[in-house]
Amino acid sequence: MKRSTKINLLIVLAVVLLAALPVVFGMGDDKDEPFAGADTQAETAITENDPDYKPWFSPLYEPPSGEIESGLFALQAALGAGVVGYMFGVKRTRRKLAPEASDTPDESGPGPDPATAEDPVSAPGR
Amino acid sequence: MHIAEGYLPWEHAAAWGVASAPFVVHGARALTREVRDRPENTLLLGASGAFSFVLSALKIPSVTGSCSHPTGTGLGAVLFRPPIMAVLGTITLLFQALLLAHGGLTTLGANVFSMAIVGPWAGYGAYRLTRSLLDRRGGTMPLDVAVFAGAFVADLSTYCVTSVQLALAFPDPDSGFPGALAKFGGIFSLTQIPLAISEGLLTVLVVRLLRQSSRGDLIRLGVLTDARPVREEEKSK
Repeated sequence: MKRSTKINLLIVLAVVLLAALPVVFGMGDDKDEPFAGADTQAETAITENDPDYKPWFSPLYEPPSGEIESGLFALQAALGAGVVGYMFGVKRTRRKLAPEASDTPDESGPGPDPATAEDPVSAPGR
Repeated sequence: MHIAEGYLPWEHAAAWGVASAPFVVHGARALTREVRDRPENTLLLGASGAFSFVLSALKIPSVTGSCSHPTGTGLGAVLFRPPIMAVLGTITLLFQALLLAHGGLTTLGANVFSMAIVGPWAGYGAYRLTRSLLDRRGGTMPLDVAVFAGAFVADLSTYCVTSVQLALAFPDPDSGFPGALAKFGGIFSLTQIPLAISEGLLTVLVVRLLRQSSRGDLIRLGVLTDARPVREEEKSK
């Protein structure tokens, strides 16, 4: 396996562990409602600091159930992941179809000024 | 996690809206210019917005025993600069406010200020600072470290601002603003630390993949300045 692929897999593994370990170690066990949203906790804290405060506006549309809400969150993630995946697919295909261009800048653009491209100390900004 | 609908007094909600509006208008101009002048970047631009869409939909458990979600604004801030992320972040927040009852329309100004303005700018600053410190070393390490720093700071600073916003609106009855800041910071910022690490790692992953598949784009965007880093990586394969 290529070294860069190994590093990429390690990154994915680290992200999975960071999300899984709090659950595995039961870090929410001492709470009334383990792993509730931080925004719900903030609402409770607001009521503690200002018991008289009443929210003065409610959402125009509220998903009628937790199932529908989680479905809409999944839809949001799916839309985003679809676009990101599409982009990588297009870039990969372009690169494969133009192998001689893979060592030079993307064929879809005018490419950088050779002078700046070869100058390792030029500023990273545009 | 954004400030829920109706959970800011209207004076605060209005003030944050006024503070955010110029950034979003300026960002919309920058976005139009980018799409018009550099159409070859549009696909990557769309993917940067989509990355924020994915990450802010994922509620992830944290060490505090509660859940929050990343913001995904660091990637776009590094690739396209913060003004453009003011618009893309606002779109994500609007989607969640309108369809998911997450965040809200009255708190949109405050949430835009934290997630779409301060987050991207702080992240971009951390990215540029890290690059200026490390770039002389060469290789791929400086870029990876700088991208990690940018995404981590963008994510964490967003929730620090949220904590400040709530502490300003709801000071503690005994200890005032500092007490409230500690309280809301414990809820938002502490929870966010492992998530910000995750976001940093995922953003580094995307940039590493981009370096393989579309190095030309990264050079054009000024993220890569020379061909050397990838050549070194190819040698080590």
